[in-house]
Amino acid sequence: MASSKTITVEVDDVSYTDDVEPRLLLVQYLRERLGKTGTLIGCDTTNCGACTVHLDGASVKSCTMFAVQADGHSVTTIEGLARDGKLAPLQQAFHQCHALQCGFCTPGMIMQSASLLDENPHPTEQEIRDGLEGNLCRCTGYQNIVAAVQAAADGTVSLDGTVSSDSEAETAGVA
Amino acid sequence: MIPSAFDYAAPATVAEALGLLAAAGDDVKLLAGGQSLIPVMKLRLADPAMVIDLGRIGELSGVRDDGDALTIGAMTPHHQIATDPLIAAHVPLLAKAAATVADPQVRHRGTFGGALVHADPAGDLPAPVLAAEATFILAGPDGERRVAAADFFQGYFTTAVDDGEILTHIRVPKYTGWGAHYEKFTRVAQQWSIVAVAAMVRVEGGTIAEARIGLTNMASTPLRATAVEQALAGAPLTRETIAAASAHAAEGTDPASDLNGDAAYRRHLAEVLTKRAVIAAAGL
Repeated sequence: MASSKTITVEVDDVSYTDDVEPRLLLVQYLRERLGKTGTLIGCDTTNCGACTVHLDGASVKSCTMFAVQADGHSVTTIEGLARDGKLAPLQQAFHQCHALQCGFCTPGMIMQSASLLDENPHPTEQEIRDGLEGNLCRCTGYQNIVAAVQAAADGTVSLDGTVSSDSEAETAGVA
Repeated sequence: MIPSAFDYAAPATVAEALGLLAAAGDDVKLLAGGQSLIPVMKLRLADPAMVIDLGRIGELSGVRDDGDALTIGAMTPHHQIATDPLIAAHVPLLAKAAATVADPQVRHRGTFGGALVHADPAGDLPAPVLAAEATFILAGPDGERRVAAADFFQGYFTTAVDDGEILTHIRVPKYTGWGAHYEKFTRVAQQWSIVAVAAMVRVEGGTIAEARIGLTNMASTPLRATAVEQALAGAPLTRETIAAASAHAAEGTDPASDLNGDAAYRRHLAEVLTKRAVIAAAGL
């Protein structure tokens, strides 16, 4: 039996120290040990991106990483994105642009979109589509997801629940 | 899916890693970025008794300017290869190929050296590294040895890295001022290449002075399209001469047939993609 390792990981601004088996995947650690079930397991084969979290600020697929590899690092999940009880602009944009139907892909989509906007704050539509190539949506389609990322990048989403006319027109045109 | 249990070590230096590797016996795997190894372990196609994680060895990551060449740490992530200013200036082919690997999340974790040692014939980095005539630097129990890219890739998922050795760095000559392009053909986003072509050209006036062409997934190893390179050398820079040269792209190849396409289709792709890659690299 392989011996367990002690890891210390900062997750959503809280430091945790736990003994884990080396084979424990990061996504299992987040969900089963920390109760962070906002991060979902979709395909479990590195394809769908539902399990996307940030490791030291960069997006990774948490089903394709061992928890021991996160020792000493900082992880942000979808549950750590909102600030002071208010949704982050990307979360608000997904809400307002109807960028989800069943919602299963949404945490991963938003985490990858956040990483994309961090690296490229003003992406073109094609750059958004390329940036989300590792995230699969199987129901609502990508059109409104792209519109939401664009709206968040353009700053046309406001936190009081309104969207500027440009963004509304873009969303209405694809509804 | 949960991998079989394994013992885990995360050494801080190459010397420490070599010691662990020597002590571990046969049933051991080196973990780089894990974007190929971990999926394989989850499927239990691999169930090593021990995993040695190279992720905490700082000396293995980063890009260094060594005068006439760049020295790239084996643990440098694809995302860094795709965005590093030294690579963009001196070997842009590597940046362009790395930007096509899988998807952004995988490029944040997956590493240059890990992908090269994995040596998937459909992987996107071996052909550019072969075309660039890179040198692989291996650390082993008897010290360091260097292997030319032409001798490194030996077959399906097989390289010159021996048991007990670790790929530490890849030294890539500078191609400053050369045009470069990586033309990848695949059915869907984030997938492996069905066929891809890595091209670098040095243009002087209206002439192609030199060309380097690497082929992805046209055999069990990456290949150089030497007949195309010879036909391009000294040729006038026109679409017609590039098309004529590219007709040699499938010579000497041995592509597989699979659900994505049979061997004849891949030979056809090699010619078409070579033409596109050279035209793009030359800026036509």
